[in-house]
Amino acid sequence: MSIKSKLHEIKETFKGKKMAPAFNAFHTFLYTPNEVTSSGTHVKVADDLKRTMNTVIMSLVPCLIFGIFNAGYQHNLAIDAANGIYTQASLFGNFLTFENLMIGSMKVLPLVIVSYVVGLTVEFIFAVIKGHEVEEGYLVTGMLVPLIVPVDLPLWMLAVSVVFGVIIGKEVFGGTGMNILNPALTIRAFLFFAYPTWMSGDKVWVHDAVNRAGTPDAISGETILGSYAQNQEIIYSLSDMFYGFIPGSVGETSKLLIVFGALFLIFSKIGSWRIITSTLLGALVMGLIFNGVIETGLVTNSSKFYGLMSVPFWEHLLIGSILFGAVFMATDPVTAAQTNKGKWIYGFLIGFISIMIRVFNPAYPEGVFLAILLMNVFAPTIDHFVIQSNVKMRLNRLKIKTA
Amino acid sequence: MFADIVVKKGLNLSLVGQSARKILNPKLSKNFSIYPADFHGVFPKLVVKENDIVKAGDVLFYDKNSEKVKFCSPVSGRVEEIVRGDRRVVLEIKIVSDEKETYKKLSSVKSKKPHDIIDFLASSGLMPFIKQRPYDVIANPDILPNHIYISGFDSSPLAADFEYCLKDQLENIQTAIDHLSLLTNGKTFLTLKKGNSNVFKDIEGVSKINVSGPHPSGNLSTVINKITPINKGDIIWTLNLPDLAIIGNAISTNKFVADRIIALTGSSFNETCYVKSRIGCSIEKLLDLNETNSRIISGNVLTGTQVGMKGYLRFYSNEITAIPEGNDYDLFGWAKPMFNKFSVSRALTFSWLFPSKKYDLNTNTNGEHRAFVVTGSFEEVFPLDIFPMQILKACMYKDLDEMEALGMYEVSPDDFALTEFICVSKQPHQSIIRQGLDLMKKEIG
Repeated sequence: MSIKSKLHEIKETFKGKKMAPAFNAFHTFLYTPNEVTSSGTHVKVADDLKRTMNTVIMSLVPCLIFGIFNAGYQHNLAIDAANGIYTQASLFGNFLTFENLMIGSMKVLPLVIVSYVVGLTVEFIFAVIKGHEVEEGYLVTGMLVPLIVPVDLPLWMLAVSVVFGVIIGKEVFGGTGMNILNPALTIRAFLFFAYPTWMSGDKVWVHDAVNRAGTPDAISGETILGSYAQNQEIIYSLSDMFYGFIPGSVGETSKLLIVFGALFLIFSKIGSWRIITSTLLGALVMGLIFNGVIETGLVTNSSKFYGLMSVPFWEHLLIGSILFGAVFMATDPVTAAQTNKGKWIYGFLIGFISIMIRVFNPAYPEGVFLAILLMNVFAPTIDHFVIQSNVKMRLNRLKIKTA
Repeated sequence: MFADIVVKKGLNLSLVGQSARKILNPKLSKNFSIYPADFHGVFPKLVVKENDIVKAGDVLFYDKNSEKVKFCSPVSGRVEEIVRGDRRVVLEIKIVSDEKETYKKLSSVKSKKPHDIIDFLASSGLMPFIKQRPYDVIANPDILPNHIYISGFDSSPLAADFEYCLKDQLENIQTAIDHLSLLTNGKTFLTLKKGNSNVFKDIEGVSKINVSGPHPSGNLSTVINKITPINKGDIIWTLNLPDLAIIGNAISTNKFVADRIIALTGSSFNETCYVKSRIGCSIEKLLDLNETNSRIISGNVLTGTQVGMKGYLRFYSNEITAIPEGNDYDLFGWAKPMFNKFSVSRALTFSWLFPSKKYDLNTNTNGEHRAFVVTGSFEEVFPLDIFPMQILKACMYKDLDEMEALGMYEVSPDDFALTEFICVSKQPHQSIIRQGLDLMKKEIG
């Protein structure tokens, strides 16, 4: 008897029982169901939500793999630096090495596993309680979370915040498709505000930097944004920033791979090019404004904002996680604006506010996630005004006719 | 003369099994059946009993809510069975033909005054062919329309070609138009597919509109929205050309001849063709299929009704479509690259590579029902000046004010067939809209 028919029999025995959603989640992972259309159209397109989510995950995999190597690389680099050895990044020379892979995997894979296991457990529990199928939303969230946290994050903190993020960020609103805030960013925000000493500062971004702080073996764990915020000299070259050989959250350092991910998402029509473009546009405009302010001489280099304000406007896209946020976070269709016009406004404001927070909040210079969460809240309002224009058009038509 | 209309947003779904251009004339089956469910919103009050003898054109039942509107037998014979469902709702009226083809002589149109024409249409069982917007239900004979729209082609996948089936019906169509156009103070429009041969070019008394572009260019909502968008309080009547031919024939011969030339289409047919048939006729003998596990649809794959192997031709259908059922599992069907299924995305689906390929789609849902997640895709296939996802959601949470403001008066469920087809969350858009329209009709009227 084939696996297919065996699973079919098990499915039939589960039918109508409490645990059916849990079994079906595994079953439909293996096989798309034998369900046929019952009302309405008799044929359907090939895509389902699993395929959509899977496409996003595929576009994230390069970032994850790079992040694993980078975790090891940054660790070794910082140790070398502490010992007075400075080396140039070279992809095959000292980056894609087995040692980096080992260190990185030991740190990053547990993050991925904890994120998925905890998050999906919560999803399963809710699905069984509420008697609906396990929805796929968490597949992407679970992948995003390990990529936007510092590499040395304790696993228990991750677990706690995932539980919080999935329940408060999503399930209380009714599950996938109903949430107001991006769950991955809710998790990130929870981490940031619940464990601020861990999540900020200059140590958490490189593996082992926290442990060694204050010891003779201390190593640096500073990100570029941190350096800028403290008006320090930047030691990384532009190409390092672009390729991603810099410290930062696990998956968001390599701008090159993020651009590849973005192109893949736009090409496959899964990600909204409108949001991605307008977010970057917004960031550039805000950067330009700040550059302009610097040029007028109103802000001098004695100001604490000088460092980040004077960053050339286009370089803002290379540092921090604005690019990652624009491509993978802002485009979450559930929490973004849903009308095409609304998407332009929504994205632009995200980019604009991100850079504003980045410059004006040197304590924690990464404003992207706050900007996206803020705009998540305002997305329905943006949509409302876009839709009102259509409604008004209809009312005007009626007025002209009756007049 | 109106400017041509170019529909840009939409989707042409090309399927295997387009009907071959030949018309067969098989002997009509003895078994007929009329389904009151075809007439949405009608509450049937039966006039006949089981074992009554009826002629073609005799009234079978009327609408309790609008007693003028009669529904007539398409065939002469004996009422064999009246199938009832829950709470004695009439599901089916089965009639066995006596094969004598006796027709009831209909009262003729007394004068060319609107109420005389309406009386004729309503008493002769022809009113059901005329639908009205808003609500997409059978037109109310007491309120004359602002405009009348006639659909001269069907852009749905595998649809029957009206030019081909109706090439002998031009006189009847003209007769019907001559009468119907008197029912409105506004205009009567006929939509034609741009670039088709000019079978209908000599038809007079209508404003012809050439429409080009992908499906739903043949749907009347698409055209109405561009020419005379429906405001609150407007009434638009809509008809299909094949139904118009039946009306015209009834006016000139005083007989209710419900004959149609229908297309047999779809990949499950051994041989596709056109056949002469009649409304309500059993299609069992027409089904020469290469696959027993097939879905038989009266109508097209987007909006038709599943009728089964022993089904009957439904009232409004101009084709019988047969496609394979998809009741099988697919290993990693959500992850593997898809070449043989249609998709509007490019998420490892490759139908964008082969724009002219014809697909042999089955009835599998290709995934499970989910909440709405993806945004922005419906707008690509929805040509009306309406926000499709927002209006669907308004219907789901039953906000009447919002439904009205977003343009519910202008839509019919058919307009959401394409968005339903491409919906990643597999939501039943057409039934959501239908329920929304029902609610509005009940609450606002």
